[in-house]
Parts: sequence; C-alpha cells; structure tokens
Amino acid sequence: MVWANDIIQGILLGGLYALFAAGLSLVFGVMRLVNLAHGDFSIMAAYISLVIVGSLKVNPFYTLLLVMIVMAVFGYIIQRGLFNFAMDAGPMQAILATFGIAIIIQNLLLEHFTADSKGLDAGRIENAFIKLSNQVVIGWFPLITLLVSVLVLFGLQVYLSRTRMGRAFRATADNQRAAQLMGIDNRHLYGMAMAFALAIVAIGGVFIGIRTTFSPSAGPLRLIFAYEAVIIGGLGSLWGTLVGGVVLGIAQVMGDHAHQGWGMLVGHLVFLAILAFRPQGLFARQAQ
Amino acid sequence: MTETPMKVERYTRTSRVGLPVAAVVIIAAATVPAWGSSVVTKQAVTFLTLVALAQMWNLLAGYAGLVSVGQQAFVGIGGYSLWVSSNKFGINPFVCVPIAGVVAALFAFPTAGLAFRLRGGYFAVGTWVIAEVYRLAVTQITWLKGGSGVSINVGGISRGTREAVTFWLALAVAVGSIALVYLLLRSRRGLALTAIRDDETGARGLGVNVTRSKLWVYVIAAFGTGVTGAVIYLNLLRIQPEAGFGLNWSALMIFAVVIGGLGTIEGPIIGAIIFFVLQQLLADYGTWYLILIGALAALVVVFAKRGIWGSIVRRRPIDLFPVRRRLCLETVCFPEDAPPPSSPTDLPPTLVKPAVVKPPGDGEVGPSEAAPGKLG
Repeated sequence: MVWANDIIQGILLGGLYALFAAGLSLVFGVMRLVNLAHGDFSIMAAYISLVIVGSLKVNPFYTLLLVMIVMAVFGYIIQRGLFNFAMDAGPMQAILATFGIAIIIQNLLLEHFTADSKGLDAGRIENAFIKLSNQVVIGWFPLITLLVSVLVLFGLQVYLSRTRMGRAFRATADNQRAAQLMGIDNRHLYGMAMAFALAIVAIGGVFIGIRTTFSPSAGPLRLIFAYEAVIIGGLGSLWGTLVGGVVLGIAQVMGDHAHQGWGMLVGHLVFLAILAFRPQGLFARQAQ
Repeated sequence: MTETPMKVERYTRTSRVGLPVAAVVIIAAATVPAWGSSVVTKQAVTFLTLVALAQMWNLLAGYAGLVSVGQQAFVGIGGYSLWVSSNKFGINPFVCVPIAGVVAALFAFPTAGLAFRLRGGYFAVGTWVIAEVYRLAVTQITWLKGGSGVSINVGGISRGTREAVTFWLALAVAVGSIALVYLLLRSRRGLALTAIRDDETGARGLGVNVTRSKLWVYVIAAFGTGVTGAVIYLNLLRIQPEAGFGLNWSALMIFAVVIGGLGTIEGPIIGAIIFFVLQQLLADYGTWYLILIGALAALVVVFAKRGIWGSIVRRRPIDLFPVRRRLCLETVCFPEDAPPPSSPTDLPPTLVKPAVVKPPGDGEVGPSEAAPGKLG
C-alpha cells in the first residue's frame, strides 16, 4: 500500500509537471523553438501573483486569471518584439536569445525580490485531504492541480482541432511556408502561441507557489522537469506530456521514498534511460 | 578564367603582424605575477579562464553547431577532479590540472552518447539535464563531502608560489585554448568542421563523418573546459556542487562568445574582454552586470548575429588568426585588403563564376540555415 500511495502521489505530481510541459510542447510544436526561459516565465508568474496577493490581500486562486492575462500579453509582446526576430536570425540564435532572457529574468527577480524563498498562501485548501486508508492520502490541492492540468490539455486539444486559429497552428506546425502562402500571418500566430503557452505556464507557476516555495533561481528546474516530461512522453504528443509528467512524478516520489534526497536524481535517471533506450519517447507521433 | 594566375592564401596583412604582436603580449603578460598584487593576479586568472571557457564553447557552438547549456558539468568535474587527485591522492595540485582535463574528457563520452540523440534546442536542454545529474550525484556522494563542498588544500606550497603558478597555468590555458582551436581549424578535421558549420548536409554529402567530427569536438571542448575548471578552483580554493555545476558558467561562456562573435577565434577574446570589463565596472551593483550582459547578448544574437568581431571582419581580411582562405588573382585578393566591395556586383566578372573557391570560413553561422548550393 505504501507503493500504491507513491504511485498516486506521483500521478498527482505529474499533473503539475504537465502544466509546465504543455506550453513548452506547444511552442516547440508550432514554431520549433525550445524556449529556455520557460521555467523562469513560470516563476515570474508566481511572483506576479505574490505581488497581487500582497496588494489586494486576496487568495492566490483569485489572482490566477489576472496573472494568466498578464503573462499572455507579455508572451505575445516578447515573441513579436524579440523571439520572432531571433528565429529569423537562425535556430541557434533563437535558443541563445531565450537563454539570454532566462538569465535576465532570474537576475531581475533576484535583484527585486532577493534570494529568499517565497510562498503563496491559499489557506485551508493547502492542507485538506481525502483519506482513503491509513497509508493512502490524497491532498485536495494536488488533486485539483491534476484536474486543472487534464482540463487544460483537453481544452488545448479541442482548441487545436476545432477552431480556426487551432487549424492555423497545426498548419504552421506541419509546414510553415505553405501555411504562410495560404495567408496565415505566422508572426502573429507565433505571438499567439507564446501567449497561450505563457498563460498555461502561469497556472503552473501560481500552483507551484501554493504547493511549495519558490525563489528567483527556481526557474531552470521547472524547465528541466517540463522538458523531461515532453521527451519521456514523446515529442509532438499533447497527452504524451501528461504521461511523461506522471512517469517523472512517480519516479521522483519513489526515489525520494527509497532514499531522502534521491527523488530528483532518480527522475533524471529515468529520463536518461528513456533517452538511451527509447529516444522517440513513449508516445511519439513520429520517430525523432 | 583558367588563364588567370590564381592562388589561395590564408595569411592576411593583419595576421602577419598579428601573430608576432600576440607573442609579445603573451610574454609581457607572463610577468604579471612579478609586479602585480595578489588581487590583480587573481583577477587576471578570472579573465584568462573566461577566455579559455569562451574559446571552448565557441568551438562547440560556432564550429560544430552544438549549442550546449551544460558545459558547467565539465567546470565542476574539473574542479572536483583537482580536489580528488590533490587532496585524496596527494598529487601535486599543479600536476592535477591536466589530469582534470583528462577526467572531464572521459566523462564527455557517456555524456555525448546520450546528448547526441537530441538535436538543436533539445540537445541544449539535454546537456543541461546531464550537468544537473552530475551536480546531484556529487551532492549525494559522501566521499566528495556532498552538498557542503570542499576546500582545496594545496599542502606546503606558499601563497606567492601558488598564485604565480596558477596565473601561469591560466595564461597557458587561455593561450592554449586559442592555439588549440587555431591548429584544429587549420587541420584536415578543421576543414571538415567549417564545412559542417556552413552546411551540415552538404558536408555529409562530401564524405565528412559528421557525427565523429562532432564527438571529437565535444570531447576536446570537455577537456579544455575541465582543465580550465581546475585552474579556476586552484584560484578559488573552495568548490561546492551548487557553484561548480552552476548555470552561471554557461551564461558566462555563452554571453562572451555571442557578444564577441560566434564562429571566430577573435570573437570569444573580445567578448571575454567586454564581459570582464562590465563585470568589474558594475561590481558594486549585485547581479546587474549579468542582466546588462544578458540583454546585450540577446540583442546582439538577434540583430547582429555575427557578433562584434564577426561584423567587423565580414568583408575585411583583418583576421588575427588566419584560418580563412582567400582567393588571390594576380595582385588582388578577395576579400580585399582595401575597403570591401559594397555589393557582389562590384566583383570583377572573373570572380562571379568560381564560387567553388569560396573560403569555407566565410559562410553563415549555424549548420541548418545554410543556403542551398553554398558549398558548390
């Protein structure tokens, strides 16, 4: 039963990772850009929520919509103002530009908020749980996180398959030039993709702030977990990111259970094992 | 066209003057420990190691198209190798510096084995994850004192001797890294590398073993970064996993290379100078120097992707390190010594056809953006 609990906790944790991975996957899928600042954007969202909570004295849950809008607008602007030009300069230049932004965000947050760990206080919900047995306990908040994550992925899928914009996303992902010839403004589209990605990662950022503490240097780890979830799940597979997140979450929980402090290491090793033996990921749409 | 006497040469006027000047500068620099204070010597080590790190990263990204964000792995491995071999095995710490390079190179093989399965941006994050694995592994190994870090004890060596020898090692590492890249680029393998940089598919088509060339570059860069890491920690004398395997090492080398000029030998040197000067000027303002340099790097990479040096030498043959080839027809060479032609139509008709002789080092940076037919 102890292992059953580990698996349940891992699945719940995986829901959180999928929130980070979905945006990364979307941006890569639509514009072939690996955004190295993705994790730092999520931490930035957590700090924005912190500022709003501090000034309006509200529950962080209520800041969610506002933070998402702020991050979406920010994402659109930075995509059209910088990353689009970076992608014109070349794929290598695009990666390096996002790396520059990552370092800038980390250090701006450090200068403004100091290196101290901060947390978002969501009140009673943080500690509420459902007790299934003496060993299996499900926290309400992790459960909500997983449900939100599934909802976001479902919404994204419906959006991509049913709407006009979603069709443009898919067309551009398949063949950017041909899509452009069909009248799709790819610069605007890329801006929208980044806006969506950052709105989703904003949820992840606020949730991570509620779940645990965060500091300006917490971004890279978020990026790494998201990235591992994407690779484990398989590039280009939306639901694969959820599975990837869950696999990573279970590995981490079990690792930590086996030996305090080994969780992250075991998570990385599972990722490396996937890379070594099944580099296309578990649910790849096509071999990489 | 065949009537025109034509030769291909490497040396430019600048490089003929440049190499002796560089020799004089190196000899002059070697006297720093004799007159410089302890602080000056230590700062000089910081600068020289930055040059070496930047050269090694440039070799990876600028020539092999491998954008790694995980080179801090080899800085950390170099630093910890120094501690293990000197403090655990009692080897003279100065001798431990090259050993650290070998250890880093050995770690590079399994690292490459995994990371090379990924491409582009995914390779970048993949190397980063592997660097994290090394960091976490070190924090979990009690033999390496875990997360608290270790102090490097240099035994009976006096402070003055240690500082002077560390400085000379740093100078050797900086000059050595430049010489290594220079000699590598002028070798047969270097020709393959520049071909890969200009057009990976084209290079493959011409019979270049792209994967093996990249692997060699990766291992060489790991060796250089490991040696540099050992020198850095011989200077600092204290290493912790958080710092040794920290992402800031990557920021350091990437920003220096990007600002100076990706894919040139001179670029990383200039970038390192700019980085170091800004760091010193803004020393009292926390991490603002990193924010400023990061912003500068992001702007340069997007709007002047050849970097400062690359933008200068784009059409002028003022290379200090002659790794490019020039086409010389009778008395005039291309690129010319005189002010550059403003557009391709200015070139004499003889030069329009033999595009085959285009210098391999003159193309765009980055493997995947090469225009079709660039290699002829």
